[in-house]
Amino acid sequence: MKTSCFGFGLLFVLVTHSFADDPVDFNRDIRTLLSDRCFACHGPDENVRKAELRLDLENEAFAGEAPIIVRGDAAASELYQRITSDDPELRMPPLSSNKSLSQEEQELLGRWIDEGAKWSTHWAYIKPKKEALPAGESDNPVDRFVRTQLQSKGLVASAEADRVTLIRRLYFDLIGLPPTPEQVAAFVKDSSPQAYDTVVESLLQSQYFGERLAIYWLDVVRFADSNGYHSDEARQIAPYRDYVIDAFNTNMPYDRFVIEQLAGDLLPDATLRQHVASGFNMLLQTTSEGGAQAKEYEAKYAADRVRNTAQIFLGSTLGCAECHNHKFDPFTQKDFYSFAAFFADIQQPAVGNPATFPVMTDDHQQAISGFDERLSGLRKVTETTTPELEAAQIVWAAALQEKASSSAKLEAWYTIGPFRGESFDAVHATSFLDPTKVDLNASVGDLDWKKADHYVDGVLHNLDPVVNSARYFVRTIHVSENAELPVALGSDDSVTLWLNGQQVHDNKVSRGAQPNQDQVKLALKAGPNQLLMRICNGGGAHGFIFTPNVLGLPENVTDILRIAVEERDEQQKEQLAVYYRSIAPALQPVRDELVKLAAEKQTYVDAIPKTMMTKVGDPRVIRLLKRGNWLDDSGPVMLPAIPEFLGNLDLGDRRGNRLDLAHWIVDPENPLTARTLVNRLWKLYFGHGLATPLDDFGRQGTLPTHPELLDWLAVELIESGWDLKHTIRLLVTSQTYRQTSLISERLKEVDPYNKLYARQTRFRLDAEIVRDNALALSGILVHRLGGRSVYPYQPAGYWSHMNFPTRTWPTDNGDNLYRRGVYTWWQRMFLHPAMVAFDAPSREECTVERPRSNIPQQALVLLNDPTYVEAARVFAERIMNEGGKSPAERIEWAWRQVLSRAPTAEELQVLVGVFEKHLAEYEADVAAAKAFVSVGNRPLAESINLVELAGWTSVARVLFNLHETITRS
Amino acid sequence: MFWHQQLGRRGFLGRGAQGVGAYALASMMDAPSGFAGPNVERWPGVIRPTHVEPKAKRVIFLVMAGGASHLETFDHKPKLMEMGGKPMPESFTKGQPIAQLQGAKLTCLAPQHPFKQYGQSGNEMTEIFPHLGAMADEMCIIRSLKTEAINHDPAHTFMNTGTTISGRPSMGSWLLYGLGADTDNLPGFVVLTSVGGGQNQPIASRQWHSGFLPSRFQGVHFHSKGDPVLYVNNSPGVTAERQRDVVNAVQQLNQLRDDVVDDPEIATRIAQYEMAFRMQSSVPSLMDFADETPATLDLYGTQGADGTFAANCLLARRLAERGTRFIQLYHRGWDHHGSIKDAAAGTAKLVDQGVAGLLKDLKQRDMLKDTLVVWACEFGRTPMAQGNGRDHHIKGFSMWMAGGGVKPGMTYGATDELGYNAAENVVTVHDMHATMLHLLGIDHERFTIRFQGRDFRLTDVHGNVIRPILA
Repeated sequence: MKTSCFGFGLLFVLVTHSFADDPVDFNRDIRTLLSDRCFACHGPDENVRKAELRLDLENEAFAGEAPIIVRGDAAASELYQRITSDDPELRMPPLSSNKSLSQEEQELLGRWIDEGAKWSTHWAYIKPKKEALPAGESDNPVDRFVRTQLQSKGLVASAEADRVTLIRRLYFDLIGLPPTPEQVAAFVKDSSPQAYDTVVESLLQSQYFGERLAIYWLDVVRFADSNGYHSDEARQIAPYRDYVIDAFNTNMPYDRFVIEQLAGDLLPDATLRQHVASGFNMLLQTTSEGGAQAKEYEAKYAADRVRNTAQIFLGSTLGCAECHNHKFDPFTQKDFYSFAAFFADIQQPAVGNPATFPVMTDDHQQAISGFDERLSGLRKVTETTTPELEAAQIVWAAALQEKASSSAKLEAWYTIGPFRGESFDAVHATSFLDPTKVDLNASVGDLDWKKADHYVDGVLHNLDPVVNSARYFVRTIHVSENAELPVALGSDDSVTLWLNGQQVHDNKVSRGAQPNQDQVKLALKAGPNQLLMRICNGGGAHGFIFTPNVLGLPENVTDILRIAVEERDEQQKEQLAVYYRSIAPALQPVRDELVKLAAEKQTYVDAIPKTMMTKVGDPRVIRLLKRGNWLDDSGPVMLPAIPEFLGNLDLGDRRGNRLDLAHWIVDPENPLTARTLVNRLWKLYFGHGLATPLDDFGRQGTLPTHPELLDWLAVELIESGWDLKHTIRLLVTSQTYRQTSLISERLKEVDPYNKLYARQTRFRLDAEIVRDNALALSGILVHRLGGRSVYPYQPAGYWSHMNFPTRTWPTDNGDNLYRRGVYTWWQRMFLHPAMVAFDAPSREECTVERPRSNIPQQALVLLNDPTYVEAARVFAERIMNEGGKSPAERIEWAWRQVLSRAPTAEELQVLVGVFEKHLAEYEADVAAAKAFVSVGNRPLAESINLVELAGWTSVARVLFNLHETITRS
Repeated sequence: MFWHQQLGRRGFLGRGAQGVGAYALASMMDAPSGFAGPNVERWPGVIRPTHVEPKAKRVIFLVMAGGASHLETFDHKPKLMEMGGKPMPESFTKGQPIAQLQGAKLTCLAPQHPFKQYGQSGNEMTEIFPHLGAMADEMCIIRSLKTEAINHDPAHTFMNTGTTISGRPSMGSWLLYGLGADTDNLPGFVVLTSVGGGQNQPIASRQWHSGFLPSRFQGVHFHSKGDPVLYVNNSPGVTAERQRDVVNAVQQLNQLRDDVVDDPEIATRIAQYEMAFRMQSSVPSLMDFADETPATLDLYGTQGADGTFAANCLLARRLAERGTRFIQLYHRGWDHHGSIKDAAAGTAKLVDQGVAGLLKDLKQRDMLKDTLVVWACEFGRTPMAQGNGRDHHIKGFSMWMAGGGVKPGMTYGATDELGYNAAENVVTVHDMHATMLHLLGIDHERFTIRFQGRDFRLTDVHGNVIRPILA
């Protein structure tokens, strides 16, 4: 990064090598330089390697008769000569690379060589170990490490934040909700030494803890409610979210959490929960676009799983080795495809929606068995013959014989078309001919009717596909007396029927033709009848199936009836009897009950949540794709293996599977997993990671600002049995966490980015919590845990650019409008715009760190989104009902609710001003007041003064828009 | 009183002799790995000064979404005419990726519309563009573009971000990040959409997303129905004045808080509220064509901002005048798998006058010289028939550019005789990006952003500026 790394570089200088007399440290000072400036041409990627020189491996960098680095002698080292050369031909890095080394960096490399050019493995690939705790007053190891470093820089920690700030910080960080004034007051009053720990403990035990942490985890694993590609269809995966929330709430050990997600389906006697957890493997983007090539998407899915799994658990950019060996890290292309092979057993359509499975509990099973028992009881009645039924059957059969002789005769079809239009909608809406005056001898436009006796009944007829077109078909049907003729239709796409000029059926759909899609009963009059049919096509294939049912009986029954009674065999007799019982009037009540009960069962089954789970089968063949090209089948077949430089799984002849992979990931020997996680947890509570970026522990990342602390925490996590709450408790009970976020003049100068943690970091709440906060303050937030994704208010038409099918946002009603943001429907292509405004990611890829932007759209959301206008109004109702009498009293009450503190006189005055002005205005314009307070679905409080409510709603809006309201200090 | 006037100097300059200090800078960074630069009202861009002298100040990028057929628009293939109805030679298609024609018998479909030479340049296009033909001498037609993804969604993603992997910034976001915009009350990157003429393939908001760049660089999608910009309209019962009262109170209280906690993020917040409030009036006035002459409306063939392509073309000019950096129009009507003759003519009819009007209008206002107009689609269509239509095709298709430092009245590159493979002066999507950036003063190889430990470019590790088409 050239132009934009100003801040970054500044920090680098400050934190990493600010003291010229420190010995040069390879990991801290040199590796990043070599990686960033040299590896692109002298690194792991053999395809672009220049001069057969590798600087990423120690034995290569010092290899050969005349090694380019001479330990202890920079001047004699070609590397040093080349980087300091004035000759543009010799100078490294070359101009063409757009990379350069500053004078300071050159000197650093020189010093390193002079000091003996000591080499060590990249820090993140060495197993972390606990160094002895530095001395210090605090019991908390976090403070010992942080303060020791502060001391060495001549800095001191900031004072503890005031109690109001502390409790707000804890509430937002741990449960994502604001404390009530009562909770604040209790904490402020509590002078016991355990006061703080008590709050921490209660929040760690709160059911909202899981929801809060899930917000982050769902970003990391790219959880969404839609497939992502092309038509971005809905998927069912909410039970996985419930699993995550529950796992955090019950403090499931992280190693088990990882294993269940990656390989829950492979565990012996896997439980339903574990199968739900295995939905993790299905969180990738998928397509169902027509014309998508299976092979291409299989390659995409494999790459998606490698890229994201490595990122999620290992903080590694293995995804960069899809087309070539990694440019900076020791990941090879072979590693990439070996890693992909772990997932080759997962069955899913390459093109199409992944299957979902009901999340069936014991209660569900029991209820379904109950249904089944009752159903089979009823069925038994319908399956049992009686003398009465047998007698009735004989009468019925005789009547049918008679009917058969008088039934409908259908003549051949005539057809005309195609008629074209601007769009499918337009075509369907257009009458290209008059259904009441069909004249087979007259032209319509430049088209003529043609006889089409090849369109036989009951068979699919493909028509020449013309986009946005209609074709008409007409035939005559004769009956000797008035009769009803059932007809089964299949069509691609829409179908419309007119009988004797009257429209009798119209189904505007886009679909492929299948038999029996529509059922129509034609009421024929005695004599000739004219049946007109129109099939419209939007795009793709075009066709129809027309199946008349002359006797209104199934074909096999009609066939049996044609056989003389005495010639029917036993099987035919039985079939006929079975059929008769299915229509026998005497059994109608039983059949009605059956239908009703079956429908009840279906409703019940449909309501059981469904979710994607991992389903396995024979592993697909995974080949190393040369240059990532999926059309090239010439690469070697790859078997599951972990990246080679990190070891191997030692499985003998057995093929490795996801369970092996998961066990390796959480093996205490794995140098990456625990570090990756504690670094990200640290970010949640301190604003940024100890190592940045959070998603690259490779050589291009920076050395951690506190490597010993990061390692200590990583080992502690493992030793605690991967106890997340323990680790979080350790962080948030530290003095380092409890510092004020106010900044001294000195810190502004020396540590503007707060990399030394001499204070807390201040940042804006996450998108979901901005919402939760406003709803919680107004009292309308729903506190129920878990469940399906919900649809709060969203601007109309926002989904207009999705298609196949077109969709509108199905705004929810009642409680589902007021659920926490973590439950908002996550449509990857068009994520809820209020979420987008506050930096929620689309979750197409693993996101470990949201940007924290400060943009006008945030103001527009907080000012104008009906969610916030409604919340402000409901909060205003609370102000009037609970806030006391005088405006000043009420403002003070409201201020305390929102910001946990009293307003200053000046602050109070600003709000009094708004209230008085708007009260006067709304008194003069009651209609406006009414419109204002009627925003949203929630009914107004009974017998409330609307004008006054409007005035208070303005005050509430101001409070909800304050920077302080949406900031965690 | 508007609060930004009062706070101005105090908010930004009153914090120390160096103006915005490192601390302020640190707090204003809204991205993970070190995007420096003050998060003040108007983003100044990180490319300062530009790497080369810029020829274009802004881009209007017209996306013929669905994949317009090069063979019915800009790529004249007499040989394909001869071959109509005959089998497609296997030498062209063997082992090539193919979309809906997978497994089908491949026959050639003759070009469905006659070509014509227009203007002094003799630039060729079919007769379905009577209006655009009159502007042929302004256009530089490129007949040798190729791309890498054969399905709509990934192909758009590739066209916009230079990769098919989701999560990377789109070209508009890159430009806004690099150059900022010349407007204080409108977004610097705007997306306009229209439909008609074919099945409307979906378009994802990913196409104008800022990816790993901060959200402020995201494209803002203007809607023709409802709020033109999401949440830009006041709530019922809230007049502009009452909204102003609320915003003023928010600003005052934020300022009072800033006096206590000294947080540069608050100054930014105040600036952003001011911008939001201004957008609430500037967007409606942008969308209101009352100040356009009847002649101008006739030129584009529109009456008002009704969501048609023609109206969007006029909106594009209005945005260009107001300082928006990157204006992207999508017309979602070019996916002609069947009936391509009528469908291409029908869709062309919906866009022809608008785009010709735009070129002419920019020219007569002397804005074409520094406005780069680009016409492209996510891919072209097969020389092979799909019934009486054509399937998706990525190996060779057409685009054109006009204005903004591009040589006018020329045709560059060629496909083979059947219009299958780009054969002469092949142009990749990366080349197109490199050229676009060059025209805006940016060396694409020096314009990088670090993410996940790597320096990312819009052009990935590829791309060459197409020198022969530079004016």
